[in-house]
Amino acid sequence: MVTNSLGRPLPEHFFGKTVHPYQDPYNRKPVGNHATRPLRRHNPGDKKLLGNLRKAIEASGLRSGMCIATHHHLRNGDALLNLVVREIDNLGLRDIRIASSSVHPVHAELIPFIKKGVISGFECGVNGLIGEMVSRGELDCPIIVRTHGGRARSLITGEVVVDVAFIAAPSCDCYGNMNGFFGPSACGSLGYAFTDAQYARCVVAVTDNLSAAPVTPVSIPQSLVDYVVEVNRLGDPRKIVSTTTQITRDPVGLQIARYAAQVIDASGLLRDGFSFQTGAGGISLAVAEQVRRMMSQAQIKGSFGCGGITGYFVDMLEEGLFRTLFDVQCFDLKAVESIGRNLHHQEMSADTYANPFNAGAMVNLLDCVILGATEIDVDFNVNVNTESNGYLLHNTGGHSDAAAGAKLSIITAPLLRGRLPIIRDTVTTVTTPGRTIDVIVTERGIAVNNHQQELKEELIRRKVPVRDIHELREEACRITGEPHPIEFTDEVVALIEYRDGTIIDAVRKVKE
Amino acid sequence: MEDSFRLRRSLLYVPGNMPSMLQNIPIFESDAVMIDLEDAVPYSEKDAARTLVHSFLSTYRERNKEIFVRINGLKTDWWQQDLLAILPALPDGIRLPEADSPELVEQLDTVLTEFEEELGIDIGHFKILPSIETAEGVINCIKTARSSNRLIGLAFGAEDYTASLEIERTKTGEELFAARTRVVWACKAAGIQAIDTIFSDVSDMEALRRETTLIKTLGFSGKSLVNPRQIEIVHEVFAPKQEEVDYALQVIEAIQKAREMGTGVISLGGKMIDAPVVKRALKILKTAQAHGLIDMPLDEEVIYGHK
Repeated sequence: MVTNSLGRPLPEHFFGKTVHPYQDPYNRKPVGNHATRPLRRHNPGDKKLLGNLRKAIEASGLRSGMCIATHHHLRNGDALLNLVVREIDNLGLRDIRIASSSVHPVHAELIPFIKKGVISGFECGVNGLIGEMVSRGELDCPIIVRTHGGRARSLITGEVVVDVAFIAAPSCDCYGNMNGFFGPSACGSLGYAFTDAQYARCVVAVTDNLSAAPVTPVSIPQSLVDYVVEVNRLGDPRKIVSTTTQITRDPVGLQIARYAAQVIDASGLLRDGFSFQTGAGGISLAVAEQVRRMMSQAQIKGSFGCGGITGYFVDMLEEGLFRTLFDVQCFDLKAVESIGRNLHHQEMSADTYANPFNAGAMVNLLDCVILGATEIDVDFNVNVNTESNGYLLHNTGGHSDAAAGAKLSIITAPLLRGRLPIIRDTVTTVTTPGRTIDVIVTERGIAVNNHQQELKEELIRRKVPVRDIHELREEACRITGEPHPIEFTDEVVALIEYRDGTIIDAVRKVKE
Repeated sequence: MEDSFRLRRSLLYVPGNMPSMLQNIPIFESDAVMIDLEDAVPYSEKDAARTLVHSFLSTYRERNKEIFVRINGLKTDWWQQDLLAILPALPDGIRLPEADSPELVEQLDTVLTEFEEELGIDIGHFKILPSIETAEGVINCIKTARSSNRLIGLAFGAEDYTASLEIERTKTGEELFAARTRVVWACKAAGIQAIDTIFSDVSDMEALRRETTLIKTLGFSGKSLVNPRQIEIVHEVFAPKQEEVDYALQVIEAIQKAREMGTGVISLGGKMIDAPVVKRALKILKTAQAHGLIDMPLDEEVIYGHK
């Protein structure tokens, strides 16, 4: 057992790999080169188009014990990962690891295949039932949760070798040129798939919209794609929207958003050239709406919006409030529609977005990011992975990446969720270190991290309700009572990897 | 601060049987809340709601707004138990539904005095806000407004009022004009505040804004609300205009000069400034302060001079 700099106990080895304990957000820089893969040779007349998925799997050379990947741009509407795993099982392959960019509740269909030994582990975070069952010890399947930037990094450094990447390609030609903009399963940006196309040992494009060559615009070019295969459907793009991407109507959420907007206003960052990232949740969108109003009123011209892109960001682009959107993932169909026609709505790879080990990720240029939390501790550490029951239910997404990059990272969260206090002495799981978090905004007050003393003074001057984080914790517990601690066994079922490849926390099996 | 200066632009109803709403009372930015034990609570939940409201008020120690509790009417079997349960948790006052006559307010006044003696707190601690919500209530409201020293205002209730008249309530409110005007007269004559009725369509913010503008013009000092999202609009409408604030500041400056000269009356720009004008100016400044438009201490010395 080892301990990282946040005092979290970690195993020395997991899933056959040595654990590097987390130390700090900015200093790790391993020595080495980009990962490599075999050269290919395609001669004139060589065909890439195969008859079905089974033939593609056979052609790819996938064997038992190897690793596959898909992207999650269709989110909970994705049909491809389930389809691929069924075919892998039909071929009798076993012990396959999944290194997709994310796994969603729709992929609970994989559970029988995990039990059967077809799937033996996840090199990526999971949303939903699989994580819950692993946490309860009902599924034996190790998980390494990675950030979006961290996943790109792990492929680029070769820490994770994807043997076959199956890329859902909403528009694709028979030579493998593809984009996500058009077709019945259009999902917009293919940002997470770029790294797979460049680093997987074999790349299979899967499409339900085989179009005349060349497909343009080219997001991922033919030169990176080994095989092309047609299926009936890639998924249901209406389910890209996993939750309602609507501004919250909840008075608590609206209060949080008003306070968050006051923090942004007080930060001095809201001026010409402002860059901003926010999620698709109701509170985030309410903050975006307030920011939009402030920018319009003060006639501020921002530089770019970043990350997962919603229709609200598209509106702000079209109103001239931002010059550019850098889109790693479209959060709704309005964003999908925009990226296919607006040159200022740019597709961005997860590497460019958030990889800490390249020559400069987009998150480094962010002024402000709005992020969520399932729990926060008095040291500002944030948990987004596990819930109060100890179950691993959520993937990290770009949380730690954007928090590390942005000048001002704001966590918006209700102080009470159901009957639970959200600010705790220690979080169940650390996802994002408190050192990269600047402000916590709750409906009952705002806590400012010590390294933001100037901002804190300005907020007090503006009579925004600044509170000590311990005070907020006590207020929450006065209302809810002290929650009983969750009991865990010693068995580690998942690791939470920080964006630089070190391990920030371990998830243990819940004692039930 | 004399009670009539207290800002009561927004009085938000919160159902007494909903813990999820009650727990958020501290964060709502309304001037007051009215925790409802009456219409919002079904018969089967009256007991549970009393216990819940009592527990909530007992833990809500740092009160940041006025707390009224709407009890069940004095013609029901429940109001005494309501008072028994909630008064020990010290709300600021009681919203009395169906206050059709001054006698009903007097009856409540007597009972509140008994409770205050029992609890060992100041007589007059518990305020009363009677609801004028029937034809009879409107007819009697002039006397009702003077029926107790505990009154902070009268609250007009249009839903029950239109029902008692057997008419439909409209969004433009022509049918309410006479009753509203009479309630305002009654309040202004008695020196208390007039609080307007709820606006029930929480999705129609523009109609809410129109109605609030109308009732502000008529002389109401605030409005009962059914949803926290309505607070912002009502406060926007009640925000004083800059020229009103500027004039009020001049009035206060003038009266302070007058006091230094040993008089209570002075002329400002050819107009006489006396106590009622100062009172109005102070009210505007209190509102301006709540909107963050000015930052200065305001107390009753301004109007009454040093004691």
